[in-house]
Amino acid sequence: MSNKEVDRSKRRFLIAATTAVGGVAAAGVAVPFIGSMLPSERAKAAGAPIELDVSKIEPGMMVSAEWQGKPVWVVHRSKEMLDALSKNDANLADPASEVPQQPDYCKNPTRSIKPEYLVAIGICTHLGCSPTYRPEVGAADLGADWTGGFFCPCHGSRFDLAARVFKGVPAPTNLVIPKHTYLSDSRLLIGDDSKGA
Amino acid sequence: MNVIKKLMMLALLVVPAMAAANVGPVLDKASYNLYDQASLQRGAKYFVNYCLNCHSASYMRYNRLTDIGLTEQQIKDNLLFTGAKVGDTMETALNKKEAKAFFGATPPDLTVIARARGADWLYTYLRGFYKDESRPTGWNNVAFDKVGMPHVLYQLQGEQELHVEKHGEHVTQKLVLAKPGTMKPAEYDAMVSDLVNYLVWMGEPMKTQRIVIGLGVLLFLGLFFIVAYMLKKEYWKDIH
Amino acid sequence: MTKQLEKLVGWIDDRFPLTSTWKAHLSEYYAPKNFNFWYFFGSLALLVLVIQIVTGIFLVMNYKPDAAIAFASVEYIMRDVPFGWMIRYMHSTGASAFFVVVYLHMMRGLMYGSYRKPRELIWIFGMCIYLALMAEAFMGYLLPWGQMSYWGAQVIVNLFSAVPFIGEELSLWIRGDFVISDATLNRFFAFHVIAVPLVLLGLVVAHLVALHEVGSNNPDGVEIKKHKDPVTHIPLDGIPFHPYYTVKDIAGVVVFLMVFSAIVFFAPSMGGYFLEDNNFIPADPLKTPLHIAPVWYFTPFYAILRAVPPMFGSQFPGVIAMGVAVVVLFFLPWLDRGRVKSIRYRGVIYKVWLTLFIISFVGLGWLGIQPATPLYTLLARILTGVYFAFFFLMPWYTKIDKTKPEPERVTG
Repeated sequence: MSNKEVDRSKRRFLIAATTAVGGVAAAGVAVPFIGSMLPSERAKAAGAPIELDVSKIEPGMMVSAEWQGKPVWVVHRSKEMLDALSKNDANLADPASEVPQQPDYCKNPTRSIKPEYLVAIGICTHLGCSPTYRPEVGAADLGADWTGGFFCPCHGSRFDLAARVFKGVPAPTNLVIPKHTYLSDSRLLIGDDSKGA
Repeated sequence: MNVIKKLMMLALLVVPAMAAANVGPVLDKASYNLYDQASLQRGAKYFVNYCLNCHSASYMRYNRLTDIGLTEQQIKDNLLFTGAKVGDTMETALNKKEAKAFFGATPPDLTVIARARGADWLYTYLRGFYKDESRPTGWNNVAFDKVGMPHVLYQLQGEQELHVEKHGEHVTQKLVLAKPGTMKPAEYDAMVSDLVNYLVWMGEPMKTQRIVIGLGVLLFLGLFFIVAYMLKKEYWKDIH
Repeated sequence: MTKQLEKLVGWIDDRFPLTSTWKAHLSEYYAPKNFNFWYFFGSLALLVLVIQIVTGIFLVMNYKPDAAIAFASVEYIMRDVPFGWMIRYMHSTGASAFFVVVYLHMMRGLMYGSYRKPRELIWIFGMCIYLALMAEAFMGYLLPWGQMSYWGAQVIVNLFSAVPFIGEELSLWIRGDFVISDATLNRFFAFHVIAVPLVLLGLVVAHLVALHEVGSNNPDGVEIKKHKDPVTHIPLDGIPFHPYYTVKDIAGVVVFLMVFSAIVFFAPSMGGYFLEDNNFIPADPLKTPLHIAPVWYFTPFYAILRAVPPMFGSQFPGVIAMGVAVVVLFFLPWLDRGRVKSIRYRGVIYKVWLTLFIISFVGLGWLGIQPATPLYTLLARILTGVYFAFFFLMPWYTKIDKTKPEPERVTG
């Protein structure tokens, strides 16, 4: 090797430049690989918004539909059920739905667009079990003051009929209300609120 | 015991010999343009109207048609007949077992047919049906001898006959329009071109996209090379 | 900052040979200073291996090794998985790129006598890598479950049935069924994604360890270790691999990536040579495509197989010839009796033979794609003769060849 003068600053600059361009290259290569792990078109198609005819649900009844592989509940709340909602406020963790577990248009006492229909994702906010629908007022195993709601069999979380969580149970927040809208009086679209009435 | 051995002999010896003996049909050149969205949209319409009755395109989702300039609403309104959802793949209502009984073979899935056959073959095939009473369907094809598929578009194209002329050893085949259809020959050719364009697009819908990405990647690598080469030069001053 | 970094490195060095490994294999691994263009392909082969492993991992996330849905799952990757097409094209292009790079790498070895003493084991490990690569490519080619996948595998597996006495049972055992089927697909998948890559990685490590033990050859074919600095004991013609060859290889890698990307993005099927048209038709056990030929990197050997006529009513001689055509390469270090290593100092005879060999290899490769007409069969037989003559006559012609004197030190 010869002992010619070495231009150190030029070398430093070129190393920095190569490293920088190489870094951009590495980041660029990472994009398709990381991106490929996002939901595929098939998964997106399976998770597309679903339509439901709510007029077929009798008052007091619940139907369960599947959206993005998750159970979505639609409960037709009777007048008594709606009246009972406000009674529990003192026992609820977040009665006014301050935690954004719902679209803005559902941040109201009934957590719904139309008071009589509750639309909620039936996955417990504790560890992801699916609670059961327990509409019976004063059910023997849930106590005399039970006004109807949902009970999670895994760890005993309780929710009222607006899917709001009670105090002192493992679940930290209210159940999630998915985006939804009514395409007509009875046609409910779950998963999308950009179109419709 | 010798079935496998025979098969091997067949593969090793007969097949290449057959390939040598089998001089393929002369194909007409298809003109298609993946950047012509109007043509692709017409092709999609023809495909859904004429092909999808018997053939599926099981790997093609309807909503992918947004890539050729259609909106989901347009797809829903104009192209969805079978009660499919816009995110579904293009399936056919045809029962596969019945189809096999009808045509002697299950109509193949067409999603990637253009990649297997090539545009020219498809163009020749779709224009190459002729009357042949010896065939169960009454139809034969210059690109696909003894084809099981009947001529679905004959009302549009009309009925062709195959005229074989012998000039000594030289044999020429010519398709002659015996009974005109509702379309003029030029109109029919244009329609087939649109359909072929669509089939080519459907075979690889990401093709136009990959070319754009490729140009960007090459430009970037060009820059990378300049920097890397300068770095190499700088260090190799020590050696030379 | 630098002080803390030094401390960290020191902490690691007390527990793991980080600095010493870096020195032994990069910053104080002395490579001859006269590497030319041909010396890029070793590091490029390593790069392609990495590309294949990474893209392979991501393909396995969506591929289904099930005869009923394998073809569909490939189209699912091509269409529904975000960037799936890019990853798949990288993998399919990478397969061909691997062979291009490896063939050029082997060519380099032939030209400069890199397989000669003391590098016989490097060459043998390299040949093992090549064999593993062929197995890897062959089994990977079945996975898309198209017509060419299916019938290519059918023909190759049936070659084993030509083995006398146990042939039928052997091919049955390889397939796990009477024809290529779901069972075959599953086992090929297991070999392709786990078994062979593990073997391949181990062999690559062995190849490199052996190389770094004896040091690299160079275009002059002279040993740089013969002339060392009396004080430092560094070869006078050696330069540290890092930074000199790392910066040079980076530039080479970028050029390679430009070619690679051009194929991936502009011509992923390469006119039917990298992805064959017929492989876009799902496998149909009842219908053989009219013309089947293996992928281009196997065609030289396929042409040799076809060139040998059946003898005693058996295809076995052809199969043997094909096997020998590969295996004979293992013996190269002992077949070559030349006094010099590099083609630069060899005589005319070796140069002519090497040229003939290249012509025969490329010619056979081309013939392997063509249908077997009488003319082509004759040509294939001649070229097969040339191919074997290159090896079997080597001990003789390398010995009588008039070589030029080797220089003491590397030139240029």
